[in-house]
Amino acid sequence: MAYWEEQSECCPREDLEQLQLERLQSVINRVYKNVAFYRALFDGERIVPEDVGSLDAFTKLPFTTKKDLEKNYPYGMFAVPLREVVRIHTTTDTIDTPTVVGYTAHDLKTWSDLVARFLLSGGASRDDVIQVSFHYGLFTGAFGLHHGAEKIGASVIPASSENTEKQIRIMQDYRTTVLVSTPSYALFLADTLEEMGIDPKQMMLKKGLFGGEIWSDKTRADIQERLYIEAFDNYGVSELMGPGIAGECREKQGLHIVEDHVLPEIIDPETGESLPPGKTGELVLTTLTREAFPLVRYRTGDITSLDYGTCACGRTMVRMKRIERRTDDLIIIKGINVDPHQIEKVLLEIEGCEPHYQVIVRRENNRDHLVVNVAVSENIFFDELRLQESFVEKVRTALGRRLNVRVDVKLMERKSLEESLKKSPKIVDSREL
Amino acid sequence: MLRLQNLNTYYGEIHVLKNISLHIQEGEMVTLIGANGAGKSTMLNSISGIVGAKSGAILYNGTDISNMSPDRIVQQGISQVPEGRQLFAPLSVEDNLRLGAYTRYGKENKKEIQKDLETVYALFPRLKERERQYAGTLSGGEQQMLAMGRALMCRPKLLILDEPSMGLAPLIISEIFKTIARLRDTQKTTLFVVEQNARVALKYADRGYVMETGKIMLEGNSRDLLENKEVQRAYLGKQKKPIWE
Repeated sequence: MAYWEEQSECCPREDLEQLQLERLQSVINRVYKNVAFYRALFDGERIVPEDVGSLDAFTKLPFTTKKDLEKNYPYGMFAVPLREVVRIHTTTDTIDTPTVVGYTAHDLKTWSDLVARFLLSGGASRDDVIQVSFHYGLFTGAFGLHHGAEKIGASVIPASSENTEKQIRIMQDYRTTVLVSTPSYALFLADTLEEMGIDPKQMMLKKGLFGGEIWSDKTRADIQERLYIEAFDNYGVSELMGPGIAGECREKQGLHIVEDHVLPEIIDPETGESLPPGKTGELVLTTLTREAFPLVRYRTGDITSLDYGTCACGRTMVRMKRIERRTDDLIIIKGINVDPHQIEKVLLEIEGCEPHYQVIVRRENNRDHLVVNVAVSENIFFDELRLQESFVEKVRTALGRRLNVRVDVKLMERKSLEESLKKSPKIVDSREL
Repeated sequence: MLRLQNLNTYYGEIHVLKNISLHIQEGEMVTLIGANGAGKSTMLNSISGIVGAKSGAILYNGTDISNMSPDRIVQQGISQVPEGRQLFAPLSVEDNLRLGAYTRYGKENKKEIQKDLETVYALFPRLKERERQYAGTLSGGEQQMLAMGRALMCRPKLLILDEPSMGLAPLIISEIFKTIARLRDTQKTTLFVVEQNARVALKYADRGYVMETGKIMLEGNSRDLLENKEVQRAYLGKQKKPIWE
């Protein structure tokens, strides 16, 4: 069994806790000194950094939430001057103010090491040809995996968001052995292969490392069966760094969190109270080594539980259960976070629309579709089909632009929409994840 | 090997060390860098038992030594080379060295002490040349060597050095540090070096901590710290211009 950083990954618990305490204290000292937001936050609560004497005292610190990050858009949360930042990514959410995340050179180095850890724990190696089918852009997924894969010495193909036929062509001709994508894309790929009459067994593909979405063991079984590969889950949070926060090992009994760089806690999402190990609740993370963008007790919105038991793979890092749901109604489509409340905002801006709507998420042929049923004022229901079509187009473009995903728009009379809202909630996610 | 957890030290009302946590693993050379008055020497003196800690733990191989007397701590295997050497100037080099073995003097140890003396002389041939000379007549670099040799005479498992570069010429400094690194590599001595000269300390150490006004601001391996912009600005004299636009 190969490790990337064996000393850290298999560090005895006692040593790990000492390191966490040291790093936690220095990160608190640093944010207090360098980030105005944290200084004000701590001062407001009458906390001085030296109060944080233990992991226990730490749980009394206030949380950092998505709202805080929004308020400090774009650079308010940076702990170093901009000229020390060598990379900027943003989160994929659709809020007008995405979170702008900076990385120093050292942050990038750590990031690629942490990705390298889960690549190796999933059995990838320098002998592999790794095809990264994440979109290369502001989104952290592609670059994170790319640098990690390069670091372990694999041959990396930045296939990005090329069309699926081309992806398959690359996969066949370049003899890809490891696929990196979202799980839903893997399923879509399987469909396309079937349509094209290509037998996955004839390809070199052995493994898949999937992330960016919530996916169940059933989906995993599907992917494994249809692509003839072994599928691994990995977990990332764009606000913290991106992929590399946690990844599965061969045992597949949960995802090892990189505890020497990130301190995990589980809280009750309603009360905010810390929950004991093993209990299910919202995952809260604190960065221990980030230079440019440190976060203290950041609420991820993801629901999971932590298992501190020993793992047969030899890693001592705590394992988190695979994410099954979120605390909010964020919809994750093709790795992109969609906040349904944004839809209302967009509709209000368009003349003729009413803020009555219903969001339906469906999975058809392993592709996710976002359908928005919109109520319109009576006078828009004119008979002229052309005008109506152009109106639909207008709404669709506006929504698409804001949400970053393709949206299907259906116009409805208010009465029939109200009928439908009586039967089902405003947001219907009918996908089997 | 050594673990500090939430160490708080006061001089009267003044809070000097604020929740210091730090660890040193066996066989490692760890450095603590920081400006004047950051609390570096206070930390060393707390470890050596010279300054009492108000709260927190100093665990040495699992036992809390925070309330032990300095001599007991030396017997445990922690030995300090104090800032400014603190030699016995009117005594000879050899007598200074022999005093270092004070805590283990006794008939049965005589041979061993003689052997240790030879080891120290082998490590610092210059001291052998000057064994009969008064310590006070040595040059700064030689005095530093003598201070280190004296500390080694009690066979420390952990050797703590307080500003070994103080008042020395650059060439001598690198010689001293080479010797220190050799102690780690050949004698397997664990080393904790407090330095203002961050550049040389980080060049030779495995890991480092950066201290500022009684708090630890940064921890990491030496190479990363050398590349850290904040460390470069504050301690290596690079990029002096104000940096916030």
